[in-house]
Amino acid sequence: MCDQTFLAITFGPCDNCSQNKPLMNIYLKNEPINYCSLCVELMACQGLAKGETTNTLKAESESLKAKLEEERAKLHDVELHQVAEKIEALGQFVMKTRRTLKGHGNKVLCMDWCRDKRRIVSSSQDGKVIVWDAYTTNKEHAVTMPCTWVMACAYAPSGCAVACGGLDNKCSVYPLSLDKNENLAAKKKSVAMHTNYLSSCSFTNSDMQILTSSGDGTCALWDVESGQLLQSFHGHSADVLSLHLAPSETGNTFVSGGCDKKANVWDMRSGQNVQSFETHESDINSVKYYPSGDAFATGSDDATCRLYDLRADREVAIYSRDSIIFGASSVDFSLSGRLLFAGYNDYSINVWDVLKGTRVAILFGHENRVSTVRVSPDGTAFCSGSWDNTLRIWA
Amino acid sequence: MTIKTLSQHGVQRQQMPCLTKMERMIISMQDPDMGIKLRNQRLLITVIPHAMTGADIFEWLIKKFSISDEEALHIGQIFVKYGYIYPLKEPRNLILKVDNSPYRFQTPYYWMSTRWPASELDYAIYLAKKNIRKQGELIEYEKECYNALHKRINHTWDFVVMQAREQLRASKQRRKADRIVLECQEQAYWLVNRPPPGTLDNIDHGPERRTTNTRVQLNADFYKKEIEHNRISLARNRVKSSICLESYVKYCEQYQPHDPIMQGCLPSNPWITDDIMFWNMNCETVSVPTKLRVERWSFSFMELLSDPVGRKEFLTYLEKEFSAENLCFWQACEDVRHGETSKIPGKVDEVYKQFLAPGASRWVNIDSKTMEKTLEGFKRPHRFVLDDAQMHIYFLMKKDSYPRYLKSDLYKNLLARAVVPQETKKSVLPFIHRQRHSSPSPALATQAAEDDGKTKNSNSFKSNSGTASRL
Repeated sequence: MCDQTFLAITFGPCDNCSQNKPLMNIYLKNEPINYCSLCVELMACQGLAKGETTNTLKAESESLKAKLEEERAKLHDVELHQVAEKIEALGQFVMKTRRTLKGHGNKVLCMDWCRDKRRIVSSSQDGKVIVWDAYTTNKEHAVTMPCTWVMACAYAPSGCAVACGGLDNKCSVYPLSLDKNENLAAKKKSVAMHTNYLSSCSFTNSDMQILTSSGDGTCALWDVESGQLLQSFHGHSADVLSLHLAPSETGNTFVSGGCDKKANVWDMRSGQNVQSFETHESDINSVKYYPSGDAFATGSDDATCRLYDLRADREVAIYSRDSIIFGASSVDFSLSGRLLFAGYNDYSINVWDVLKGTRVAILFGHENRVSTVRVSPDGTAFCSGSWDNTLRIWA
Repeated sequence: MTIKTLSQHGVQRQQMPCLTKMERMIISMQDPDMGIKLRNQRLLITVIPHAMTGADIFEWLIKKFSISDEEALHIGQIFVKYGYIYPLKEPRNLILKVDNSPYRFQTPYYWMSTRWPASELDYAIYLAKKNIRKQGELIEYEKECYNALHKRINHTWDFVVMQAREQLRASKQRRKADRIVLECQEQAYWLVNRPPPGTLDNIDHGPERRTTNTRVQLNADFYKKEIEHNRISLARNRVKSSICLESYVKYCEQYQPHDPIMQGCLPSNPWITDDIMFWNMNCETVSVPTKLRVERWSFSFMELLSDPVGRKEFLTYLEKEFSAENLCFWQACEDVRHGETSKIPGKVDEVYKQFLAPGASRWVNIDSKTMEKTLEGFKRPHRFVLDDAQMHIYFLMKKDSYPRYLKSDLYKNLLARAVVPQETKKSVLPFIHRQRHSSPSPALATQAAEDDGKTKNSNSFKSNSGTASRL
């Protein structure tokens, strides 16, 4: 059995065999352990039946995957753009920047709309989280987080609190107080605890539960009041970058995308991975459900956006062009689901016709990467946040 | 934190897809047949071979990708910013000018994918060379960098100076044209990798991402789970693509009139005309809803329930039919599902007393099997204990009461009374903004409610709740 070379950070007694050896620092179900490389190999082989090795298991898994792809292809009798041929093409598309929100001193990383359709919360690299009335461009609240790179922020459904997190590995909830003398940071509530950065967070249907995704490869559901972990979701083999709750009748599933190029659909009650899609060629930066809940779109570093159907259980459309080089960092649907807005790392925003698969418009204006794109709750406009420190409202 | 070698690999992996694409484009640009026509450019007194003009690049991009002027300029700018093409005339200004300004392709030796990250040692040698050549007259920021490097890698400074001298000597033996070209290439590389203060840093990529996680062990357990998952997926029922895709077409068609970005909205889009009539007419407490809004309730039961006005109307209808307890029960279940964990036992108790106990004031009709299961679950009440019962009542309403409501006089009258807003014309003077009024913050509304001693999770008929309803 040949030992793979690894970077040894510590040397000392192994937790398992107690011999003094170079140790691998790994995590088992989020618990850190220090095993020597021999014990790690032995552990990996645990649970194997006679004649099995991790390689045979891996091969079996791969062959099943191939069979799955075959099965999926059997029912694929028509392409989306063929079905869409009978629809009228969209005419000239004009969207302009209607508001520019300046006030962040550093890259804007994330934003979310309030349900009142005009307020937004945004977070940036320097740890500032700002709540704006985007219509008047006034800032209403500002909080400084104790960490940098606040990559996730979300507005509570009631409009009374915001949740945010980033390199501090936590998700904190700040109730919004209108008392000028009150320090928002004082009332902060730490809800989620991960073992790596927080990449995305979202309230479920109420202020009481938060769903988070993290660079530690897991997603988790938390109870805000007690800070308790209600459910954790394991299945990604790399950092999870994005998640989105399904707008379905039963409201029980969500989709997540990560650096392992996979998009997984989860059941919130059981914690099970219900469906999995792996056709992207690079990290999936963003996932969003189609408004009907029957499909979802993804934006990835391979410069494509793709549409996956949950009932057909396959990828049904790819949105890409030769001239688009950089990855899509964020995607969102318009209210009817006909348009897909995607922000790219080459500072532009492309608008795609979801049904026909063509690009309807390309919007310029930002002077650095577009990091987040979200359509307002009533579909009247969408907001884009960028590394050029500004947010723009387009309509 | 992460070890340096790991971080190198990490970010390199991240950059690869876009760099590979860019490089492919650059190579096709240099194709002798289909690429850009290169010619000799005169720079002061020397002639530089294999150069092209900004306009050439611009036109080639438009032709090759069938894109607009703006996009072609945008892509051209990216190539210059990332150092694949560099300007000859104003080397410090890394932008693409669509005119006769000369540009050259950077040699693959200096491409982002081959020599990244730029090493400190190389930078020190470069600055040392410059220092020697210009006899100490470096630009401000370069001087600072030079001094900083001198301090930091003082132990190898002799090596640095020796290398610099060697390279200068070697370059003196080249032809002048070659020498200028090599200097330009090197300078362009350093302008991209060590940008002067105030210019955009293209190298910044954000926090580390990893494609493989030490926290997830790729061991037997992991693969066994994957195999199980794949087996279940194979057995799943799938729907034909044609049926699924047709449903999107239908959905988009149905919702298109409601999509302000696609079809505009009446009276007008507040973001465009600075007139918030649209929001006022569609707010939660309006007495006469708009026609579009009432029509939307007929699209699906969920649409009706998520609109507070719709829910109120539906409740009125149910009261007439003596089945209002169904909706109240459903709402109470939602409250349990989404409320605070500590309040669950109390709430479940209330629900039992009001809706499920024999002889309860608002008894709901659930089949015996579901009732048995629910009562069993009450022994240890948890968040999802009412799920089955809630589902049963939900589908009961959906299949029975909801279609009848849509056919009822109550709904039809409301639809007839519903208002279709007049379109407001855009203001004649386009540069004068209308006054943009601020609106009360949702936080304020709930703070007032709190002051009155009411709880935040108030009954969703009140206009300022947000917990159970979905807009």
